[in-house]
Amino acid sequence: MSPQTLVTIILFGPIIGAAIAGLFGRRIGDVASMAITTGLLFLSAILSWVVFIQWTWGGLQPFTVTYAPFIQVGNFVSNWSFRLDGLSAVMLVVVTSVSSLVHLYSWGYMAEDDSKPRFFSYLSLFTFAMLALISASDFMQLFFGWEGVGLASYLLIGFWFKKPTANAAAIKAFVVNRVGDFGFALGIMTVFWAFGTIQFAQLFPMIAAHAHQGWHFGNWDFNLVDLACALLFVGAMGKSAQFFLHTWLPDAMEGPTPVSALIHAATMVTAGVYMVCLLSPMFEFAPVAKHIVVFIGAITALFAATVGMTQNDIKRVIAYSTCSQLGYMFMAAGVGAYQAGMFHLFTHAFFKALLFLGAGSVIAGMAHEQDMRRYGGLAKYLPVTFAVMTIGTISITGLGIPGLELGFAGFYSKDSIIHAAYAAGQAGDAMGYFAFIVGVFVALLTAFYSWRVVFFTFNGHARWTSEDLEHHWHNRDHAHDDHHASHAQVETHSEPDHGDPHHLPHESPWTMRLPLLALSLGAIVAGVFFEEKFVGAEQHEFWRGAIYTAANNHVLAPLHAPLLIVQAPLIAAVIGLLIAVYMYLMREGLGARLAAQKGPLYLFFYNKWFFDELYDATFVRGAKFLGDLFWKGGDQKIIDGLGPDGVSAVSYAVGRRTGLLQTGYVYHYAFVMLLGVAGLLTYALWAWNH
Amino acid sequence: MTGILSLTTFAPILGVAAILILRFFGRTDDPKTVGAAKWIALVTTLATFALSVLMLLRFDPNLPGFQFMEDAPWFAGLHYRMGVDGISVLFVVLTTFLMPICILASWKSITTRVLEYMICFLVLETLMIGVFTALDIILFYVFFEFGLIPMFLIIGIWGGARRVYAAFKFFLYTLLGSVLMLAAILAMIQIAGTSSIPALMVYKFDPGLQTWLWLAFFASFAVKMPMWPVHTWLPDAHVEAPTAGSVILAGVLLKMGGYGFLRFSLPMFPHASLQFTPLIFALSVIAVIYTSLVAFRQTDIKKLIAYSSVAHMGLVTMGIFSGNVQGEEGAIYQMLSHGVISGALFLCVGVIYDRMHTREIAFYGGLVNRMPWYAAVFMLFTMGNVGLPGTSGFVGEILSVTGTYSASTWTAILATTGVILSAVYMLTVYRRVVFGEITNQKLAAITDLDWREVVIFAPLMVATLVMGVVPSTVFNVTQASVDHLTAAYRAAIGG
Repeated sequence: MSPQTLVTIILFGPIIGAAIAGLFGRRIGDVASMAITTGLLFLSAILSWVVFIQWTWGGLQPFTVTYAPFIQVGNFVSNWSFRLDGLSAVMLVVVTSVSSLVHLYSWGYMAEDDSKPRFFSYLSLFTFAMLALISASDFMQLFFGWEGVGLASYLLIGFWFKKPTANAAAIKAFVVNRVGDFGFALGIMTVFWAFGTIQFAQLFPMIAAHAHQGWHFGNWDFNLVDLACALLFVGAMGKSAQFFLHTWLPDAMEGPTPVSALIHAATMVTAGVYMVCLLSPMFEFAPVAKHIVVFIGAITALFAATVGMTQNDIKRVIAYSTCSQLGYMFMAAGVGAYQAGMFHLFTHAFFKALLFLGAGSVIAGMAHEQDMRRYGGLAKYLPVTFAVMTIGTISITGLGIPGLELGFAGFYSKDSIIHAAYAAGQAGDAMGYFAFIVGVFVALLTAFYSWRVVFFTFNGHARWTSEDLEHHWHNRDHAHDDHHASHAQVETHSEPDHGDPHHLPHESPWTMRLPLLALSLGAIVAGVFFEEKFVGAEQHEFWRGAIYTAANNHVLAPLHAPLLIVQAPLIAAVIGLLIAVYMYLMREGLGARLAAQKGPLYLFFYNKWFFDELYDATFVRGAKFLGDLFWKGGDQKIIDGLGPDGVSAVSYAVGRRTGLLQTGYVYHYAFVMLLGVAGLLTYALWAWNH
Repeated sequence: MTGILSLTTFAPILGVAAILILRFFGRTDDPKTVGAAKWIALVTTLATFALSVLMLLRFDPNLPGFQFMEDAPWFAGLHYRMGVDGISVLFVVLTTFLMPICILASWKSITTRVLEYMICFLVLETLMIGVFTALDIILFYVFFEFGLIPMFLIIGIWGGARRVYAAFKFFLYTLLGSVLMLAAILAMIQIAGTSSIPALMVYKFDPGLQTWLWLAFFASFAVKMPMWPVHTWLPDAHVEAPTAGSVILAGVLLKMGGYGFLRFSLPMFPHASLQFTPLIFALSVIAVIYTSLVAFRQTDIKKLIAYSSVAHMGLVTMGIFSGNVQGEEGAIYQMLSHGVISGALFLCVGVIYDRMHTREIAFYGGLVNRMPWYAAVFMLFTMGNVGLPGTSGFVGEILSVTGTYSASTWTAILATTGVILSAVYMLTVYRRVVFGEITNQKLAAITDLDWREVVIFAPLMVATLVMGVVPSTVFNVTQASVDHLTAAYRAAIGG
């Protein structure tokens, strides 16, 4: 089959599955719905690997398949199409691999849920939207995919629609993303009016000639390319949960855990990074926008890591970890190392999906308890989960062997980012050194909070009893009777229940273990296999023009710096590991004692820098206040009071006095008056003609 | 194909005649008579829809001018002139498309004076089609104003508890506008010596006079749209109107204002249009932000959707006055899309109102547990209303704001906040009505959509998605006319 046919099948397979499971799920039954969606996803994944292998080793050339016109008005021209290049080839395998494994995992995880067709339909719908996003050849299809994944995210976060917290989280995710899309849309419009096109292939060659053009926006004058990139980046901030627009991501953990792994770790949240890399031909000419990207990325990495250290909900820790790692990717893109950003996106997809699905395995084994303070000593009950979580943690913290340059996936990708940041600093960009310092420091924090999760969960003394678990199972059995049982931290109903009678933590079924093992493989080898391709000597051959780097951009060249600088990320990761070992293994309980002191810094981190409170006090209350003011003050008092109500009060008063024509029905008046108008008209015309 | 326009326009009158004959021979309280009247209305509206589709198929989209022209002397020197271009032909189809749906939606919910109700709707259909097909300004005025009468009756007779207040408010606002427009029309005929719309479109009115004529038309169209601050009649009218009345009000009657701006204000008074563009932009932006925030605070679902309509119409007005093809096409698309989506949303309200007889948001909650299909349908139109790409709502929104951007970035920036606000109020109301557990015991036995309701929603869902995914279906028809309109406008204002 031609590659064009392959990508078409890859793209439309998931939406067909989604449609079948969504529309006919009740008729064909759970198993058929699950089998169809999962089967089509695995088909997509296999074909994606075929395309990716052809791309990487088979010399496949970039192409675009155009299916149909989308919005075409004047030179605002967009098409439904599939753009295959280095970037979309990488994203194809990331999206379909993780998605197919998550589909499979959900067979086990959602086994007890009573709306499985709906769940699988949403998962496949998401995959389709994500594929549409990565394969767009113009801004409109990109935006379609962008909002499409937002819709799927909204539906899946709120999948357990009976839970008020899940519904609130779903709306929050949608609305915060819309704030990002506000900037995104304005960015698209700026591009359109400045360049007269929204098609990437036409747009990118034009940028260099407009590099120093000014643009009037609002009351201000900006550098055109900087403005466009900064506005588009606002969209990326929303989708990728960057600082200021990050508040939705931790709450999104209300969704089922497979969703967190697929959407809120491996794929959708990386769309912002993907967009910045895709638009590298623009960002390379936007120095100010690039600085914004680095700065926001660095702040996010730092912020999320500090918060992640203090959280006790296992999923929330990993969510903040995702937020922080996305910050790394933006730091890479912002210093011009787009390839490193994509590399980290690629490796992160494996180890972060692994960590989330591993957490899901723990949660399922622990009767839906998500609070790590009630874990401890689980290694012997969940040996496979323990092993894969450890692999994921080694990978995310970037451990490796210094002399041999051998390590798990994150070792390669994170190092390449931090090194690129330092190289940018050497090239005279102070923001590069800033990113380097933050990057190294956050590597330490990452190691600490990631190992904290492992040690807190699997090692030390058990902080649970079999009575606790029994109690939990019991609660689950009566979940349908008790509408008020849901606790924000605990997924109380619809989570899987495998009917384990022993009230001990139990390992997950093979449908869940298999994806964990597959992802572990990725988390181990994705770095060593692909370093040369993504960021090494073969990068130009690998990307084949999909990423543009300016002539003076050499941040990915081999780093010439003191050994201490080169090895700084690894040193930081080891220090973080040692602190975690000390606090959670050697001095077990020290973490809890420190937390109990409630120091100001701890409270600041624990309360997520008080962002939710701040936004609630300003935007939420502000909107409610203004809404009431405009409605009751503006509409009712001023407009109606002075307008129709005032007039009608007068006319009713007159009507009561005259009384004679009062029939009680205003429409009679209306009718008579209209007849009057018609009569007036006829008279006027008659008079005019004579 | 001469005559097909008149045939389409007046076909509903044949149905009226049939019902009148029925009424003459049968007893109005006889269920058989009532049933027959319903079927007559349904068949008539379906036939009218078929005629309009036939017309659309015969329409040559490559020609920018008017087609299917008819011109006959009327009385007192007046002419009966009809014709459609790429813009109006779609509004005709929108009208005839929504009409059978309205008849079906009233099938069970209207129990009193059914014959008169059906007559009202059929007469209303003729008058609405006439507005879009009339090419004589007097004829247009007659259709435009007389369309109010059946609507008054529909609200006033089959409406809710405060129907008299609502009908009065509706009447007061629209009368104010129409009297001024009538004066302007008479002045135009005196000056230009013709009442033919195509002739008036190319007549060059004195720029000083244009200002006054523009303002007079504006008074009428702004009320119809409705634009802030003359919008307060709309929520009341919607709340009191029966479901089908709301569908027509939001789906077609609101579009007459936008159509008027496109047909009269822009081509006939280009200088004044340019001069007043800042005013239009200001009012449009206020409409988007102000009414979205008001919608957010509503406790009545219908009022919420009504306010949402005002906000969406704000995008239409700014698109029209942007003066470029993206803006014009976006405005037209937004009107067509809003006709489908807001109509569908009012039908969604109607479904639960028919069952529970309340529109209070707080009464509901957890409907998805009992009504999964209803939840899915409502979700689709909710997403359409928030302008999700893939639904028709997105195409109009992005194009009209894009068009506005080139005329005023500030307006575009402020209007784009609408994408955030619409998500806030729509998702909030959806959550409160549909999600959660059923806590109100009165909802414990509520039933999901029946077959009649599925038949009502299916075409609207198809339209929302088709227009969202392949918008070229619409642009192919409108393009030549809109290009012509925009080019003429830009030439007139020297831009």
